Amino acid sequence: MALPDLTTEFCGVSAPNPFWLASAPPTNSAYQVRRAFEAGWGGAVWKTLNHEPIVNVSSRYGAVDYDGRKILGLNNIELITDRTLEVNLREIAEVKRDFPNHALFVSLMVETKRETWHDIVKQTQDTGADGIELNFGCPHGMSERGMGAAVGQVPEYTRMITEWVKEVATIPVIVKLTPNVTHVATVGRAAAEGGADAISLINTINSIIGIDLDTLAPKPSVRGKGSHGGYCGPAVKPIALNMVSECARDKDINIPISGIGGIQSWQDAVEFMLVGAGSVQVCTAVMHYGFRIVEHLISGMQGWMLERGYKSTSDFVGLSVPNIRHWGDLDLNYKVVAEIDQEKCVHCGLCYIACEDGCHQSIEREQQPVDEYLASNGHRAELLRSGGITVVPGAGEDYVNILTINQDTCVGCNMCSLVCPVDRCISMKEVDTGKAPMSWSEYQEGLAAGTIDKIQPPEHV
Amino acid sequence: MPRAGDNLSAEQLKQNFADLPAPLELDEALTDAARCLYCFDAPCTRACPTHIDIPKFIRQIMHRNSIGAAQTILEENILGGSCARACPTEVLCEGACVDNTLLKAPVQIGRLQRYACDAATAKGVRFFEAPPPTGKRVAIVGSGPAGLSCAHELRRAGHEVVVFEARDIPGGLNTLGISAYKISTEFSLSEVELVQQIGVDIRLNHHVDADGLRQLVADYDAVFMGIGLGRTAPLGIENEDAPGVWEALDFIFQTHTKPFEDCEIGKHVLVIGAGNTAADIATQATRLGAEKVTIAYRRGEEAMPAFAYEYEYMKSDGVLFDWHAQPNRVVVSDGVATGVEFIRTKLADPSSRTSKLSTISGSEFVICADMIVKALGQVPLSGLLDSLPNLKVDSGKVSIDPATGATSIPKLFAGGDCISKGGEIVDAVQQGKIAARGINGSL
Ligand SMILES: Cc1cc2nc3c(=O)[nH]c(=O)nc-3n(C[C@H](O)[C@H](O)[C@H](O)COP(=O)(O)OP(=O)(O)OC[C@H]3O[C@@H](n4cnc5c(N)ncnc54)[C@H](O)[C@@H]3O)c2cc1C
Ligand SMILES: Cc1cc2nc3c(=O)[nH]c(=O)nc-3n(C[C@H](O)[C@H](O)[C@H](O)COP(=O)(O)O)c2cc1C
Ligand code: SF4
Ligand code: SF4
Ligand code: SF4
Repeated sequence: MALPDLTTEFCGVSAPNPFWLASAPPTNSAYQVRRAFEAGWGGAVWKTLNHEPIVNVSSRYGAVDYDGRKILGLNNIELITDRTLEVNLREIAEVKRDFPNHALFVSLMVETKRETWHDIVKQTQDTGADGIELNFGCPHGMSERGMGAAVGQVPEYTRMITEWVKEVATIPVIVKLTPNVTHVATVGRAAAEGGADAISLINTINSIIGIDLDTLAPKPSVRGKGSHGGYCGPAVKPIALNMVSECARDKDINIPISGIGGIQSWQDAVEFMLVGAGSVQVCTAVMHYGFRIVEHLISGMQGWMLERGYKSTSDFVGLSVPNIRHWGDLDLNYKVVAEIDQEKCVHCGLCYIACEDGCHQSIEREQQPVDEYLASNGHRAELLRSGGITVVPGAGEDYVNILTINQDTCVGCNMCSLVCPVDRCISMKEVDTGKAPMSWSEYQEGLAAGTIDKIQPPEHV
Repeated sequence: MPRAGDNLSAEQLKQNFADLPAPLELDEALTDAARCLYCFDAPCTRACPTHIDIPKFIRQIMHRNSIGAAQTILEENILGGSCARACPTEVLCEGACVDNTLLKAPVQIGRLQRYACDAATAKGVRFFEAPPPTGKRVAIVGSGPAGLSCAHELRRAGHEVVVFEARDIPGGLNTLGISAYKISTEFSLSEVELVQQIGVDIRLNHHVDADGLRQLVADYDAVFMGIGLGRTAPLGIENEDAPGVWEALDFIFQTHTKPFEDCEIGKHVLVIGAGNTAADIATQATRLGAEKVTIAYRRGEEAMPAFAYEYEYMKSDGVLFDWHAQPNRVVVSDGVATGVEFIRTKLADPSSRTSKLSTISGSEFVICADMIVKALGQVPLSGLLDSLPNLKVDSGKVSIDPATGATSIPKLFAGGDCISKGGEIVDAVQQGKIAARGINGSL
């Protein structure tokens, strides 16, 4: 069976696949964008332009590592392009000429003056670029100068500047939203009202990545001082996913969405598209591993589509949107409980202590004597004989901890299955409550009408 | 007898005896620490005889708090640095590690433990301080792991502690008996210093005989006996004392008391026995430059008492094995041993170490060697034990109450190899600790 074609159209611009590079250091120059397209990226949003190149500081990036894994989250205090407009525009024109089938957008950010916007939009269009992205999101450096997030945080400014741009734009205009707002869809609506052809989100999140415990300066540090910066990378994906889905569900937005934030695997990309993104953009994962990661994104998405019978990306964009609901719509009578597969368990005790200290005290721990354990066939430990001693992994002081769920008190919170280090060892099983589905709103109505009994609180120790 | 320096340079010998396994670098330590799951009621901690809180110290390493990690270790085991180097972790903490099941390889607990202890040593951190004196005095006989651990624990409780050591060097087998590529003499002595730092008084060249012991019991508030064991057990065969036949411990001690170049080493070394001592000797002999090293054992490979990883060391060092060979007599010519005559054995159940053994008549053969090392277990120090009629001893082991270390003689406690007839350093440390707590409770 042939692998599905990933060709994707986004606000009228077609690209070989929905994977775009976000406007950021990897799209700083023709050299990089060419290499990215050669590596397989479907599109790119050129690093944000201004009439005057900015001046950056050194150092610029900081990262959150987690228990041995590098760059769970990245933050930066870098600004927009530090190259001249002339050089950038010339390179954009050359790249577009050489890659006619790829989507090449150009990110722009200038002072809040109508003529200034008109000028840069026109100059950009002259390059032959496929579209424009308005950077209303940069949370540091530019916002103090009345640009970036300073615009994106005020719906009126967002609408106004979008309108200015649309007055002269002959190519599609995407408005890139900042997540540093209370309700992102409000700003999304403003962009749509201003005539935007699409929105993209998220830009980076306000953050201080950490404090250096030797110098007591924030990281990244510039001569012992630091500033808040923009946070991105795998850690921000859930926040971005929620924001994209909020915009996708908003009836007043109704324009295509390019999903950005923490995408590093094909699954991340598919998830963004399922909640309504028509294309996705990536920055941190490329900064970490290079352009080559696009191969995995492509092959993973193709494999998944093949398995599910999708022929084109438009077959699945937005399919999860109807499943994302208000809490009040969820069924209060649905119940799952945890179940441990004893043959898979390695006896680490992590589920036990998680449930005991943080959840609902619903895991029982039995100290089973080692010989009984060995006689049972529920264990998977491979035994080693050394110097006449039989070594039993998981055992110590002659016992093995055997964990079982008390399904009468388990509330089905999932926590144990989340901490268990063994793949599919703890599963959540649906139990029949014998009750018809009932949402919170129905429950409230039933209570008021006196047709439903009050649900009793769960029993705790 | 030739010397190691005849064939190998001092530099080469130093390399041959370099630490095995090598210490971890920071990045290795962090990567391995990140594999630890931080188990609850962790199997590794339960499997460690001294119950070091392993997940805690590994997490401390992972969060770049090696000093805190060292404190966690030394809190339970003052010889944590030695144990990290010489414990048979494969059958203790690492054997119990759940990553054996999950990832088919345990977290390298021993090496991480060493990493933390080395970090604290490099910084010269002192964790322990003796509290104000309690006015109680305890005497310790023997400065091996059991004695040192007991002394340290008692000193931490504020008692005055005096250790009497027969040898001119402290540390017992920890200093003299462990293969030098596991624990160097200097390292062992640095751990003795940790114990001296909090005010334990160690008196060398002070052999305690039966009368002396009775006197100590009379003079002190309590006495702990950590005297270990005696000489290697005899083979009970003809010519076993001929020149060229060595006692296991004499062979090993030389690597700790002389420069490697001066250690005596045969061209062909024949080791009799296949326990951990035999394994240490065979490995050391190849490292000292013996051309050929043979292990002869009266049972088969399946019943070999040496730990699997010791066997691996031997195999990678090219040691030869002659199984089912029972020594008959030492062959002597011109007054010097030149080999051993063996007879083949037959076992009812080859996998059992206790299975009945018979010999095959007419199957005698000789293995030639210019150095023969007897590597059976050590015998109890019966000279001292037998002259204490009130001391209950059960088949060579001093009987104690396992909860307190108390012997049958009031005020006398014991621990270490003299109660077990041979365990590991870590067992001796734990028994010393238990006895210290027992003594503390009795004062
Ligand atoms: C060859 C060999 C290799 C080993 N390798 C390892 C290993 O790799 N890992 C491991 O964990 N364990 C190993 N062990 C075991 C370990 O060395 C012992 O279990 C441990 O040292 C026992 O400690 P202890 O304090 O009971 O006795 P010892 O270490 O034997 O110390 C006893 C001390 O008491 C002194 N003493 C004895 N009698 C008197 C007296 N009458 N008066 C005063 N002082 C006295 C002795 O001089 C000695 O210093 C090995 C043992 C041997 C023999
Ligand atoms: C160093 C750095 C510089 C960035 N510069 C820009 C920029 O000039 N214009 C812009 O719109 N976004 C910029 N971004 C934001 C990214 O385009 C993207 O929105 C964000 O990093 C989230 O995606 P990610 O999690 O894949 O990195 C920058 C991000 C980083 C890390
Ligand atoms: S699902 Fe939650 S309540 Fe149930 S056993 Fe697991 S942790 Fe406990
Ligand atoms: S977390 Fe998983 S592996 Fe660990 S004890 Fe619980 S069920 Fe077993
Ligand atoms: S058993 Fe292994 S994984 Fe678990 S705490 Fe101990 S070292 Fe860590």
